[in-house]
Amino acid sequence: MFDSIDETRTSLAERDYFADPGLATSLFLALRMEKALFLEGEPGVGKTEVALVLSRILDTALIRLQCYEGLDVTHAVYEWNYPRQLIEIQARGGPGGAGVQDIFSEEFLLRRPLLQAIDRSRDRAPVLLIDELDRADEEFESFLLELLADFQITIPELGTFRAAHPPVTIITSNRTREIHDALKRRCIYHWIEYPSPEQELEIVRRKVPEAEDGLARQVVAFVQRLRREELYKLPGVAESLDWARALTHLSTRRLDGEVVDRTLGLLLKYQDDVDLIRGQRAAAVLAEAEVESA
Amino acid sequence: MNGWPGADGPPLDLPSEPVSGARFLENLVDFGASLRQLGIPVTPAQIADVARALGWVRLERREDVFRTARALLVTRREDLALFETAFNRFWRPPDGATRTGRRRPPAPRDRPARERFTIATFAAFKARADMEERDVGDRSGTYTDEERLQRKRFAEMTPEELDAVRRLLGRLRWAAAVRVTRRRRSDPSGRTIDFRRVLRQAGRLGAMPARLPRLRRAEKPRPLILLADISGSMERYSRLVLQFFHALVRTMPRVETFVFGTRLSRITSQLRLRNVDRALDEAAAEVVDWAGGTRIGASLGEFNRRWSRRMLRRGAVVVVVSDGCDRGSVEELAREMRYLQHRCHRLVWLNPHAGHADYAPRVAGMGAALPWVDDFLPIEDLRSLGEFSAALTRLMVNPGA
Repeated sequence: MFDSIDETRTSLAERDYFADPGLATSLFLALRMEKALFLEGEPGVGKTEVALVLSRILDTALIRLQCYEGLDVTHAVYEWNYPRQLIEIQARGGPGGAGVQDIFSEEFLLRRPLLQAIDRSRDRAPVLLIDELDRADEEFESFLLELLADFQITIPELGTFRAAHPPVTIITSNRTREIHDALKRRCIYHWIEYPSPEQELEIVRRKVPEAEDGLARQVVAFVQRLRREELYKLPGVAESLDWARALTHLSTRRLDGEVVDRTLGLLLKYQDDVDLIRGQRAAAVLAEAEVESA
Repeated sequence: MNGWPGADGPPLDLPSEPVSGARFLENLVDFGASLRQLGIPVTPAQIADVARALGWVRLERREDVFRTARALLVTRREDLALFETAFNRFWRPPDGATRTGRRRPPAPRDRPARERFTIATFAAFKARADMEERDVGDRSGTYTDEERLQRKRFAEMTPEELDAVRRLLGRLRWAAAVRVTRRRRSDPSGRTIDFRRVLRQAGRLGAMPARLPRLRRAEKPRPLILLADISGSMERYSRLVLQFFHALVRTMPRVETFVFGTRLSRITSQLRLRNVDRALDEAAAEVVDWAGGTRIGASLGEFNRRWSRRMLRRGAVVVVVSDGCDRGSVEELAREMRYLQHRCHRLVWLNPHAGHADYAPRVAGMGAALPWVDDFLPIEDLRSLGEFSAALTRLMVNPGA
């Protein structure tokens, strides 16, 4: 647990996560007030990474629930182990046999991430990451709203499970649809922006130490400038890092138009965007980036 | 730390007594109220959270207080900038004398009428006075009128006839195209066996059930995105199209509406108002370029970049209403149409001129857009609206996108 906003920020930085003060404030408050942290932002700005780093700082387990369309109770919370139940019934000489009731006991329960997160046997609160909530459907949101209120889950056949240590919850969304306000109001909401040039340079230096300093500067300046182009999908920090790594593999020491054209696929993920930038536009962006960073 | 309010400025005008100080709380509650007036939804529970949270924050650092309040009170990206302004206005630095009285923005219905009609060029709106809701006494025996109205082209109608059409529009019921989701629900003739229920029944009955409960994929309406051209050449249809949109927004779930001339405006929330006239006035206030030029390509491009990722998931049906008269670049229009068509379930184009027997896409814009259109339909009279409604329902036949 952190004592101040500044300490939160330094702790994150020690583990190579460079948060802006706004994110540090939100994270600090989320931990203090035992609320979930709701992170929204473009893909590749480091939303998921916050949970990974936090679990390392708190030295606790990370439980991850990746959301997708159609996600329901059987994949998010629990499921009965039907094959085992059927075998059990057979072994006891058919459904009429003794003790059929107890095929609904913990022994036959498959625990999915949310149930794992509130497991009473834990000695400290885990970090629960609910990733890309916007992919799940609205029904799951209302379930989550209930769960976040009191961290208890009722299984009709078994009774109610309640967390001894409520998990530190981090929810991310790429905003492919709006999440309901009621849920966001329960959480600490934070919109993660693309990092500033200084911040991004620091990230590239730490994560891709093999890239020479001059190259790292060029990469960041180019990507920052590229984010102002009319693109369908802007490159995130993840793309900058991939690109910097790729360039070191190609033994690049300085960017030029030709290298940019050849490796543009690492930055731009839509063919329409690649077509728009490749060639003259890339050269122009490169030149402008040079001027701006000088 | 540029970008943060008051980072270098004087400290916040916060009382030196503990945060629970009654005056401070009063101010905080007032601040919440002023945010609500600006349209940022803030609950009392959130205000209480701020009061609690400020106990852990160094109050002499204005930017920390700002970020704390923001973390707890803002839940939408769109509100971030507005919140910053509101914060700086409300919590002025200490030497800024006393706080001025509240300045609340007028409620929509209190706004002066003149402000609502800055779009005076829009002829249909100018004619609004003539189109006041008429006495409903003359509704009886309008059956033959309705018959006639079905086939009369909108372009040739008198204001009275348009008024009648408007009432008919309100009565039309729309069914959305549906798509199969990944969620399952109980259905005796479904494909997969519902093991959970099988075993629960086995436990209860003490025997395996004779008929296995089954599941099938659930269905949901597809999102519907409406984009209407309101430029000069579409002027005479604009009001009618918006009324039509209003009817759709009010009767179907998951509808998003946009209008464009040279720029794109989103009017979904304005059209949610029950009263048609107020809804249309609100929408009109949102739009900057009524009856002006057209840049269809650029407007669609704005939709593609700003909104499409959020709205085109889940196999949306996209409907563009336009005559295709475009002053922008033809290549740009083709490119944006291709992008849009590749990412939605069905791209429908409604053209008021397409009903003519001898219609051919003569305008360059329409020609460029047509290769990327899935359904090209006329909307020249009420009957064609009915056909569009039928088409919308048919789109369910081809699930998945």
